[in-house]
Parts: sequence; C-alpha cells; structure tokens
Amino acid sequence: MEVFRYHPEDDGETVFQGYDVPYQEHWVVLDALNWIKDTVDGTLSYRWSCRMGVCGSCGMMVNGEPKLTCAAFLREYYPNPIRVEPLSYFPVERDLMINIDGFLDKLQSIKPWLIRDEEQSLEDGEYLQTPGELAKYKQYTMCINCMLCYSACPVVGVEEDFIGPAVIALAQRYNLDSRDQGAAQRHQVLGADEGAWGCTFVGECTEVCPKNVDPAGAIQQAKITNMKEWYKKLLLPWGQR
Amino acid sequence: MELGPRDKLSQAFVKEQQKGNTIKSPFGDVVQLDIRHLGEKKINRKLPFVRELALNYAGIEPVHEPIPVRPVVHYMMGGIHTDLNAATPLAGLYAAGECACVTINGANRLGSNSLTELLVFGARAGKAAAQLAREDHTDLPHQVLQAQANDEQKRIADTYLLKEGGSERLSSIRAQLYEAMESGAGIYRDEASLLKACETIAELRERSGHIQLDDRSNCFNTELTAALDLEYLLDVAQALAHSALARTESRGSHQRTDYPERNDEQFLKHSMASFRKDGAPRIEYLDVVITRWPPAERVYGTTPAEAVAEKQE
Repeated sequence: MEVFRYHPEDDGETVFQGYDVPYQEHWVVLDALNWIKDTVDGTLSYRWSCRMGVCGSCGMMVNGEPKLTCAAFLREYYPNPIRVEPLSYFPVERDLMINIDGFLDKLQSIKPWLIRDEEQSLEDGEYLQTPGELAKYKQYTMCINCMLCYSACPVVGVEEDFIGPAVIALAQRYNLDSRDQGAAQRHQVLGADEGAWGCTFVGECTEVCPKNVDPAGAIQQAKITNMKEWYKKLLLPWGQR
Repeated sequence: MELGPRDKLSQAFVKEQQKGNTIKSPFGDVVQLDIRHLGEKKINRKLPFVRELALNYAGIEPVHEPIPVRPVVHYMMGGIHTDLNAATPLAGLYAAGECACVTINGANRLGSNSLTELLVFGARAGKAAAQLAREDHTDLPHQVLQAQANDEQKRIADTYLLKEGGSERLSSIRAQLYEAMESGAGIYRDEASLLKACETIAELRERSGHIQLDDRSNCFNTELTAALDLEYLLDVAQALAHSALARTESRGSHQRTDYPERNDEQFLKHSMASFRKDGAPRIEYLDVVITRWPPAERVYGTTPAEAVAEKQE
C-alpha cells in the first residue's frame, strides 16, 4: 500500500509511505489501514466508524477514485499496489483526514429541515404522508454525507463556492417533501451561480455515490424547478409563489 | 424463533452450538438465516439493506442462498446513572441514550426503544442542561477546576506523549480485553468465567500503564484518543464483570448457568458500580422503581395468569 502522509508540525512536507500489508480475501482497504495502525505504524491518522457503509466517515481516494474504504475490497486490486490519499478538493488536516468545514457551511445554507408556514400543534396529530408522496423524495434521504461526490466533481475542483451535489440533493429532499413549505427560502441559494447552475452535468457524482442517491438527477430537477420559478416571477411579478 | 427477542435467539444459538448443530466459518460458528421464501420482491421492499450487506460483504444473494449469522454484542442496557431529566450524580453532567441508564430498559431492552429513548431523553437532557446553564455560577471554584484540568493534561502527557521505554502495544491490550469479555462475560456466564474476566481486566489495566504510543504529536493524534478510549473500555468492562459476578441469579440478558432462576427477593435491584482507584469497583444496589406493571414471569404464548395456572396443574 502507498499511503499519503502529511503532518502540519512537519513543515508542510507530504510523502507517500509504503507498507506491506498481509492480503486477506475478505478484507477491505479500511481493514488494511487498521492493520497498519494497530501493528506497524500508530501514527497513521484517518477517520472511520461503522465499517459497513452507513456513516460516511471513511471516504478516501483509492487508486485515484473516491471510495468508502470500508467498501473497497482488497481483492479488486490485488496483487497490484493500492494508493490511498485524502479526498480530493478538500484541505488536508493530517494524513488522510480532510477539513470539511466548507461542506458543513454549504449544508446549512440550504436549510436542511422541514420548514412550515405554521407548525401543526400537537393536538392536531402527526403530519400524514402517502407512500406516493414519500416515494417522491425518499431516494434523496439516503445521502450519508460521505462527500465522495465532491471529490468526483470537476466543478468542485475549480469553483470553491459551488455548493455541490450532496447539498443540492439534500435541498431537493426537502423541497419535494410534502410536509415542507420552504422551497421559496431555498430558492435563492439554489438559483445562484454557485447553486444548481454551477453544475455542467458531468454526472460523475452519481457514478461514485455509494448509496444510489443520484445527485446529478436531483441537480437537473433543481435547475428545471428554479427556471420555472424564474419565469413565474417574470410573468407574474405580483403573484404569490 | 426467528422473530424472538435477541437474548432468546442468542441463547438458542449457544444451545445449538453445544449440541454440535452450528457450522464452522472463518469468523466463528454460524447458523443459516434463510429468507428465500420471502421472494425477491418482498426482500427488496422490506429488507433491501440486508440484501445489500449480504451481497457486498459476504458475496451471498439472500434471494437464492441462506445467510450465515452469529450473535454479536448489539446494545448496552447498563450505563451512566441518570434521573428522569438525564442528570447524573455529577452536577452539570448530563447523559442520554445508550450510554445512560435511567433505566428505561432494565436487563433487556425491547426492540425500537433505543431510538425513542434517545429522542425523549436527549430532549430532556438538552432542556435541563440549558436551564442549568442559565443559572448563576459565579461562585464555582474556577481555579480548583482549572487545576484539576491541568493535572489530567499532565497525566495524559506523562502516560502517553512523553513516555519512554513502554513495553505494551495498545492494540494487543484491546484485543485481549475483547477476548476476555467475550469468553468470560458472554451470552452465558458463571462464577468461574466471571472471576477469570475480572482477573484479566485487572491485569490488562496494570499493563495499559506501560503502553508505548507511536504517535507523540498534538495534532489529530488518533492513537492517543484510542488509548484514552481503552482506559474507558477497561472501566466499563470492570463495572460489568464485577456486577455480573455479584449478581447470583439470571435476569434478561444476564444468564448465569450456575444460577439459572430469577431471584426477585434478593435481586430486584439495580447494580450500582463505583470506581475505586486501587482495586475492584464498589457494588451497591438501588431498588427498582415499579409504577404500573409489577414484574411477572416471562412467558411466551400464554398470559402470565395462564402460565401460573399451567404450572399449578
């Protein structure tokens, strides 16, 4: 394995450190990293948690592709060497750990919660939703914020302020939820150049998504909705949403 | 049995294992979970994640093949002692969810109650903590507290970051702790196995003072956080093993082969373990709060009244 190493206390030097890891048929890249840290080199720093593809913590570049290291099987690369690097287009804190502050700010910017004109009171009971209404947005709820889509997106690579695939998919998750009434509040962020219009429909985000969210689809949907809103405002400047 | 409570399923597994009815696998003994009869449509609709996991991690297609399974630790019923407002005995510290023990779950948690418990007590903890924060705390002994913090930072530096000549590797102590708990305080336990676990934990605790870390830096040092984590694992393991040793009965997920019956007269109480710096934790007991439903015999397929009547016949 060739693993990217960087320590902020080391004058900004970056190196690739080689490790010989025993091959096991059922092992994933994360198992190999854990073996390295447990047995050979405790200084290797990286994030992980569930090791079963639901937490989104262990995203890294494996041979140049963004992957969840808990789902990247050694047998798919063996016997060739495996190169592990931190996710592309994010500042590196240390070794394989990236700084995700920018991503978290972008998530907040689309108000990822149910927005109501008026909250239903407890006495009125729960919000009801049909299976059909749930089906409209369910796919976009599957995002685990692993950020693989950001590392796959060439626009993210050149436009620092582009809010990116996961954020737009999450905005759609709420806009399409029958209980939500906040689409107008998300409209400005989504309709900006750094919003949905930053996307040039490369589609790599959907290719790398481990949960089949299809963010590319969500973004194109968002573009269409945004355009309709723009026309409505143009033709009916005094009309409501 | 397939839809039975987790503790009963795990116990059934052990019984089958003892009879030689389990299958060897690279990960230990397994039994086969067969959902083929549900068909592809139903599996995709109701168990899509199960199918995905089986396919990706075991190369098994549940639509056509049975899935090898074995019991693992899933949830910790015990935890930090809290009241109904999630307050712990340490003023200003709140705890909610799996780490806390109100208790909602007793010796055996009902399915789905973990998430609801977290929502309810998480909210209560937040409100109580906010309430406390609004109060006047100018009379807190800030200097004493700061001195305590400094002492702890020094201890961490001395034990891990500055330590020279340590002889132990963090990961091997952790692995041995795992082995000791799995064999000593597992699905079925007895006095001998628990005594052994308690001994091993004490030994591992001593050895953990000699850990030599590779990472001595101050930036994202995940080896250090793992070492601190190991200290807490040892604390929890010790509380668990000693409480289980003292509890000479079976109740819920605590099954003693040497004391197979439930003993409400002596043990309808919560075990409260307190840390003692040198030696075993102090074990005391707190009465269970019973409000609406008095404890009855745990039977399936009949009501408690019917079960009592059956027994008397």
